[in-house]
Amino acid sequence: MVAPAFEYVAAGSYDEAVRLLAENGDEAKILAGGQSLMPMLNLRLAHPDLLIDINPADQRPPTLENEMLRLPALTRHRVLLEHDLVRQHCPLLAEAVRHVGNVRVRNRGTIAGSLAHADPTSEIGCCALATGARILARGPDGERTVPASDLFAGYWSTTLDPAQIITDVLIPAARSRQGWSFQEMVRRTSDFAIVAVAVIFNLAERSGAPASATVALAGVADRVVLADSELVDDDPEQTAARIADTLDPPDDVHASGAYRRRLVRVLTARALREASARAAL
Amino acid sequence: MNKRQITLTVNGRDHEVWVAPSDTLLDVLHDELGLADVRYGCGEGVCGTCTVLLDGEPVNGCLTLAVQAAGHQVTTLRGLMGPGEAMHPLQECFLRRGASQCGFCTPGMILTSLDLVRRSVGQGQGRPSRDEIRYALVGNLCRCTGYTKILDAVEEYADMAAES
Repeated sequence: MVAPAFEYVAAGSYDEAVRLLAENGDEAKILAGGQSLMPMLNLRLAHPDLLIDINPADQRPPTLENEMLRLPALTRHRVLLEHDLVRQHCPLLAEAVRHVGNVRVRNRGTIAGSLAHADPTSEIGCCALATGARILARGPDGERTVPASDLFAGYWSTTLDPAQIITDVLIPAARSRQGWSFQEMVRRTSDFAIVAVAVIFNLAERSGAPASATVALAGVADRVVLADSELVDDDPEQTAARIADTLDPPDDVHASGAYRRRLVRVLTARALREASARAAL
Repeated sequence: MNKRQITLTVNGRDHEVWVAPSDTLLDVLHDELGLADVRYGCGEGVCGTCTVLLDGEPVNGCLTLAVQAAGHQVTTLRGLMGPGEAMHPLQECFLRRGASQCGFCTPGMILTSLDLVRRSVGQGQGRPSRDEIRYALVGNLCRCTGYTKILDAVEEYADMAAES
């Protein structure tokens, strides 16, 4: 297939991109890594009149400020996989990105592009929820911070305004006595997740007793979802069963809803056990 | 849509080409510049037959716009050979091991595995393991060989590269 014809403009800054987006409305799309948008164009699932390429707008590397990992919008998946700051302060994300696409996709694909695409099976979206990431977006009316838990609105849609662009993703750095786990089931390596689970597990600083666990899931609804914290207790199997019972995953050609719910049980229990073991190290 | 003139640097040579904004790098390399070693397979970035190196890194030619490649170094399989060289040593390994049958996937296989070996050896991690090679090539589909001989060929080359 061949993409429908569109115009192209390279934006030298986020402000320029916001202005172009505001002027062109629904007819324009932001092009970041292009690893989801370009397939949609090639398959004619999208028909924008204008692509606004933000690749020239930002060259910043990841940084750590006040216990917060700052990942600029155009941080490529390969950087998430290999960068020392990410590996040290958000090992969950570095591990999860191993499951995203292939070498070529990871060389171009970006963290903000993935979040804005809002695929319900997104590994990166799942990690953003589990880590309590905050999304910095810029629009015609200035900057806004959106918690990852408020970002996703449904299949491939976000709560960002049409002329808003993600510029940064802020992730709280992993603290001591914190463990993590990422579990995913796929039919073939590098496929979209059938179900993926990301867990961040905290032990109390002093006593070392289980203090809190955050469970995020992909592939179980019209968006990546955060499990209700009230469902989580010290028992991994019981917790996983309670979470699975609250979900009604969709049937599709890859898996039935019932199979997905079964996977949630198995993978969530596995993730909770692994994350709590890591926290105790 | 309005065509524009860009300069594409491909395998060390500059080419002035007229492209539409929606032309992919694959379209221009294959159709305009006649590079038969860059191939349309899936158009979704999953099969690897359109792999090229952009500033040395493997990317999908089908998911990169030609206009985005202006000002960057594009390398295709045939750009790997030095002057007077008939074949890259990794290509010789592919031949020796029978890792190429119809040959459609071979350019992408070679560019992707060469990047892996270069990185691994260059970063002092030694030669990549068979599992690492398998993981790096997960996005390169081959419908002939069953992959075993491709892995053998890349391992043979990785051994050579790690020793030299």
